Amino acid sequence: MRYIPNSPDERAEMLRQIGVSSTENLFDSVPGDLRLRGPLNVPSALSELELLKKFDAMADRNDAARRISFLGAGAYSHYTPTIVDHLISRSEFLTAYTPYQPEISQGTLQAIFEFQTLVCQLTGMDIANASMYDGSTAMAEAVLMAERVTHRSKVIASSAIHPEYLDVAHTYVQHAGIELQHSPYDSESGATSPDSLTGLDDKTAAVVVQSPNFFGCIEDIQALSDKVHAVGALLIVVVTEAVSFGLLRSPGACGADIVVAEGQSFGVPLSFGGPYVGLFATREKYARQIPGRLVGEAYDEKGRRGFVLTLATREQHIRREKATSNICTNEGLIALAATIYLETMGPRGIAEAAGQCTQKAHYAARRISGVEGFSLPFSAPFFNEFVVRAPVEAALLLATLARERGIDGGIALSRYDASRPNDFLVCVTETNTREQIDALVESLS
Amino acid sequence: MISKVTTHLSHNEQLIFERSQPGRAGFSLPPLDVDEAALDEIIPRQFQRDDNLTGMPEVTEVDVIRHFTRMSTWNYSIDQGMYPLGSCTMKYNSRLNEKVARIAGFANLHPLASEAEAQGALQVIYELQQYLAEITGLPGISLQPAAGAHGEMTGVMIIRAFIDARDGKEKSAQRRTMLIPDSAHGTNPASAHLSGFTVKTIKSTAEGLTDLDHLRELCGHGDVAGLMLTNPNTLGLFERNIREICDIVHNAGGLVYMDGANMNALVGVARPGDMGVDVIHLNLHKTFSTPHGGGGPGSGPCCCTKELERFLPVPRIVAQTSVCDSATDPKNEHRLKSVPLRLDFNHPQSIGRVKAFYGNYGMMLRALAYILTHGRDGLREATEAAVLNARYIAYGLVSDYEKPFDSPPMHEVVFTDKKQSRKGVHTLDIAKRLIDYGFHPMTIYFPLIVSGAMLIEPTESVGRQELDQFIDAMRSIAREALEDPELVLNAPHSTRIGRLDEAAAARKPVLRWKPKMSGKEPLAVGRA
Amino acid sequence: MANVPDNLHYSKDHEWVRVDGDTAIIGITDHAQEQLGDVVYVELPKAGESFAGNESFGSVESVKAVSEIFTPVSGEVTDVNESLNDEPEKVNKDPYGEGWMIKMKMSAPAEVDSLLTSAEYEDFTKAEE
Repeated sequence: MRYIPNSPDERAEMLRQIGVSSTENLFDSVPGDLRLRGPLNVPSALSELELLKKFDAMADRNDAARRISFLGAGAYSHYTPTIVDHLISRSEFLTAYTPYQPEISQGTLQAIFEFQTLVCQLTGMDIANASMYDGSTAMAEAVLMAERVTHRSKVIASSAIHPEYLDVAHTYVQHAGIELQHSPYDSESGATSPDSLTGLDDKTAAVVVQSPNFFGCIEDIQALSDKVHAVGALLIVVVTEAVSFGLLRSPGACGADIVVAEGQSFGVPLSFGGPYVGLFATREKYARQIPGRLVGEAYDEKGRRGFVLTLATREQHIRREKATSNICTNEGLIALAATIYLETMGPRGIAEAAGQCTQKAHYAARRISGVEGFSLPFSAPFFNEFVVRAPVEAALLLATLARERGIDGGIALSRYDASRPNDFLVCVTETNTREQIDALVESLS
Repeated sequence: MISKVTTHLSHNEQLIFERSQPGRAGFSLPPLDVDEAALDEIIPRQFQRDDNLTGMPEVTEVDVIRHFTRMSTWNYSIDQGMYPLGSCTMKYNSRLNEKVARIAGFANLHPLASEAEAQGALQVIYELQQYLAEITGLPGISLQPAAGAHGEMTGVMIIRAFIDARDGKEKSAQRRTMLIPDSAHGTNPASAHLSGFTVKTIKSTAEGLTDLDHLRELCGHGDVAGLMLTNPNTLGLFERNIREICDIVHNAGGLVYMDGANMNALVGVARPGDMGVDVIHLNLHKTFSTPHGGGGPGSGPCCCTKELERFLPVPRIVAQTSVCDSATDPKNEHRLKSVPLRLDFNHPQSIGRVKAFYGNYGMMLRALAYILTHGRDGLREATEAAVLNARYIAYGLVSDYEKPFDSPPMHEVVFTDKKQSRKGVHTLDIAKRLIDYGFHPMTIYFPLIVSGAMLIEPTESVGRQELDQFIDAMRSIAREALEDPELVLNAPHSTRIGRLDEAAAARKPVLRWKPKMSGKEPLAVGRA
Repeated sequence: MANVPDNLHYSKDHEWVRVDGDTAIIGITDHAQEQLGDVVYVELPKAGESFAGNESFGSVESVKAVSEIFTPVSGEVTDVNESLNDEPEKVNKDPYGEGWMIKMKMSAPAEVDSLLTSAEYEDFTKAEE
């Protein structure tokens, strides 16, 4: 087997040297009745050629990967500069371990320090960790953190948050003694009004809101923040479309206490849902309550600057059951990809990408709302996603569009909410050309 | 040792923010091709960013390439050599797997694409599920958890759900104790806590195995929901009484969770399902070779018995009708092609979602490629080679380092610094000195029950010459510890920076770059 | 050799108590700070909080470890050494002096009698090794 350096002969020699009579004897400590007598019931080995053929055949069946796409809802098609994949494929980044030995991991550590800095800059917060698994688990961890910080057990989450994110949060809090309530969104605007937070009181640990929300609507974070802080609760803001940071006022500037986001838009392929990367940022005063890894600056005795994993006493390997989280990995390589993306794009590139996303989305919205029978049910301002109401069942309409026109026009909301059979969510990014948008509009007519 | 004449330019690479020059840009986007509306009209001014993203670095593409290429040279990595990190299974990260993960039909596929249009993607998940079920002997499986600790949380929540369902809310409230060995990884108690359990610790015997008497005693109070253990355990020893351990826990009304971190000693040799284990998590980034990437991403599938299947996270990926046995006839794609695979949400007793979408899909692709590249014989061969390599190292070091347990180790072996500490040299120093010999240090100070622990796991990916080099290096350090301890105490000597003052870093944490940083101006590394 | 002053009382959790009338001044011992290594952070309660004997009132963190600290006696916290926020290293440098952590008004001063003397504590730490 070509990945095993020692040939069978070499292994036989090694066995002799250490005084073990046969390979079987290496497993003497495993009771005989537990040892498998025959090989596993998996296929025999495939050569590289055969393997690639098999995977190519499977990939070919994924028609959706080849289509013009207006799909969003937590995963976004953006253009990734060529050098991102090239740099993360370097052995020294790809095959390196967690940087527990800082002297030989400075590449990884400095990259994470830059990542943490960039996340702070985009979110408008003081400190950021080295990343979480994704946006949904980052949000769940933010909820747990709010309970730790405030010692209160009620959390109110807007129903305009991505339904899958809400599901994950419910899973995380089910045994944590936290009551997770939902507050309604305004059916006219599509946004969350501060007045709708009827359960908000001095037993509330946090209010969670997504902006732009699941329907693409921009929330008024400042207004929500004032109301939430008045009772001493924390405001957690969730962002699924990270490119929006390039154009919208940062949640930190609007009063957020914890900001979590999905970083997939920053140079990470769609890859059927993962691996992605969760951003997690908060205020300096909560530094010791934040979950996940943190990289800090440090100096050696000659005064040379380096970087090191720090404040590890929050983490599971030291604090064990009293840890701020059980998390052990960050999304290392994906965080690196996001870092390289952000540094390559730079402030102007990100602003430009964000600007194009919103201009193209508004162009699409204008044109679609001009098609007979179609309307935009929500009035709140949006960034690059918006809900369209069709005159027919959305799921069927979209399936027809895909089959006959080769366009994935959006996501039917009936997937998550049976009371919205005719609504679908459209996402437009800088990768959608005018021709594609026009083709979508034509096919809807 | 020959020292370098000059220090290379790459050693002086600063933070990107310190490279930034106003006006530089590295991006390339086509011009806007739609009618541009006035921004204030589509997005109210109050919602717009007004800080121009100041502070974000302005650099060109060349700056970025040089920056990260130089930084990469500061890292040790598997491609360079062995990582003898116990409990991490640092095996070869195949580039073929990288190619597979980048195939456009997977890489460009949106997770919310309709099922009918993502059958190929679902097939990958379905096949991987089947093979992992076969490897573990546990038929229920979810690939949704994104990492080992995540899979652990999932598994422990499943135990909680089972007991709540079996005993009813009132009675199950009596069962809130999770038993965890004193040798366990820190994620174990942390995960137990997330499921509302309190932890009680089980002692290990002098042999390094679970103390059965203590286990029986702890199981006698009627409050045990389960036991979390690792097998082989974190000392690299197989729990030969595993069947009895599972019986004791089952008879006491609890379930057995196995931390699958050490599966590299078991694949093709023995199966957790056969041992009586109820639920396990796997680490695709350990046993199944997906790359560590400097700290992630991982993937932590959760496997369980048929009885526990109904509690698995949703959605589950299932086949519409029964499918032909692709395991025995993998090249017959036609039958599998015609059977629709779908997302099944209809599991009212599920613990819920643990992550948006389906899990770290890119790692599933790689793990499936790993399994198919090895095949049934290669998988077993890898396990055998991994255990042999660890045993070889144990044999080579036993005269120079104290080996606290006599039993032959499986895929990893633990030593202590007892022989060296008499001269003032400790595990940390040995680890740092190993860097000078060109190796990444082994796992240190874990498991906690061994004082000054050095846990060594070579994996199957290391050749004999390199094993010999490692053994020689360790033996040389043992000699240095006696004859020239200063050399070891001040190690490493050969790296770009020396040991960092972690205490100062933790007292006054600086966790981000800020413009015009006060305090020490960082020295260019070459100057010292 | 760790320092074990005579005029103090000790607990098996490695805290010391100096008695001043009704007040107990509490900190961790030289042995404890040696074991922990460089202290980077001390988590302390607020004045006004009450604790029973052997209750955890905070924690001490080094780079690689964290330890809970337990009050050897019961009472109400009257004073907290805020300077440890900026200079946690005082716990290492002067554990019995500037490294003091809290002052308590004892609710049951007789509890002091069940604590260890310096000689008993010294024996205790030797036995632990």
